[in-house]
Amino acid sequence: MTAAVLLVALALVAVAGFAVVATHDPKRQAITLTVFSLCLTVLFVVFQAPDVALSELAVGAAIVPLLVLLTLRKTGKR
Amino acid sequence: MRTRDVVGTAGLIGVAALFAAALTRMPAAGTASHVYRDLVLPWGFREATPNLVSSINFDLRALDTLGEETIVAAAVVGTLALLQPPENEPKPDSHGYVLPAVKLAGFLLLPVSVLLGIDIVLHGHLTPGGGFQGGVVLATGWHLLYLSGSYRALARLRPIDWCEYAEAAATGLYVVTGLMGLAVGGSFLSNVLPLGQFGSLLSSGTVLVLSVLIGIEVAAGFVVLLSRFFVHGLAEQ
Amino acid sequence: MTGVVSAACYGVAAWLLLLGCAGIMRSRHLVHTVVSLSVAQSGTYVLLLAIGYQDQAAAPIVSQGQSQPVVDPMVQAMTLTDIVVSATITALLLALTLQISRRHGTVDPDELRALRG
Repeated sequence: MTAAVLLVALALVAVAGFAVVATHDPKRQAITLTVFSLCLTVLFVVFQAPDVALSELAVGAAIVPLLVLLTLRKTGKR
Repeated sequence: MRTRDVVGTAGLIGVAALFAAALTRMPAAGTASHVYRDLVLPWGFREATPNLVSSINFDLRALDTLGEETIVAAAVVGTLALLQPPENEPKPDSHGYVLPAVKLAGFLLLPVSVLLGIDIVLHGHLTPGGGFQGGVVLATGWHLLYLSGSYRALARLRPIDWCEYAEAAATGLYVVTGLMGLAVGGSFLSNVLPLGQFGSLLSSGTVLVLSVLIGIEVAAGFVVLLSRFFVHGLAEQ
Repeated sequence: MTGVVSAACYGVAAWLLLLGCAGIMRSRHLVHTVVSLSVAQSGTYVLLLAIGYQDQAAAPIVSQGQSQPVVDPMVQAMTLTDIVVSATITALLLALTLQISRRHGTVDPDELRALRG
């Protein structure tokens, strides 16, 4: 049972990672990066690592997309 | 295709072949033999720290964490040096519109997020959490002011000078705690405070103190970092 | 079954790392490069946690009289500080991108090389 959950989580992470790299527009990449971080958080919880999941959720779903969007706002005006 | 693509694809195929050769010779994931886990488990009971990851971060390998927090401080200093304040200040958004549902959600969730961040930091030695996670949750929760309010609200309610002082102070106090361990216990960053009872809030000695210091440093560092990005991203051209 | 799961864990870690490197190689926007680097770093996190994983084991939060085995906490300690540090390094790289866009007017890596001559 755990093996099935683990395989599904790994598949989600692989697909989401491909979506992040394949998105060429950085504005859209911020959204796919958030989804990728969420899938990664689920994978870390299945790996029995709650500390790592907390870290990844706060950093990858809130801080890095905010930084990316603020950078794009500044570079997009050039 | 460009030359870069050809060379790059050849390199990636080579790395993939190396991965396949290495990963097939590794022990399978999910086995029961973990040497480090067997060494850390009695240490956690001895130092009265239920959360083994916090015990490793702030007790067994606390010197490592000193290096990591120095990297955080150095990266914040580097970013501040790169992003000097621009010529014109950001104007308050006059044409921004926030949905009333988002405003209500932010109003309700801001105190919950800040309390949750403080709780994660303080209970770092008992439940999943610690300085790093709690600090990031604190910094992010505070910026709900911007997401569901306006930038002017965030700029007014964000004590940026205190955050800069707090970050530097927390980084330094980590070393002071280590020196105290050196003076009392004989080795740098040794656990010299009373260990207390297993599972109570005031237990596990310096793990709690170091966790709080790292929480302050990470939260203040991220607030300062984000503030400089805001000033640059929202400035009128 | 454990062979399939183990191969899948290591395979996804290698896949993410190679994907991140391919994204950096084919990137046309410096912010896209930084985000692809973040994906490559996530591959290393998955590899570390897969090494420490044990079937039917619990999270490394122990209580008195713990009978169930726990997963390896050492790799988790390494990974969680790594995540926070890499966030600050991403911020540093994005600040560099801002300065590059201000001084050269472009964030396309190909055009940046052309400006040097």
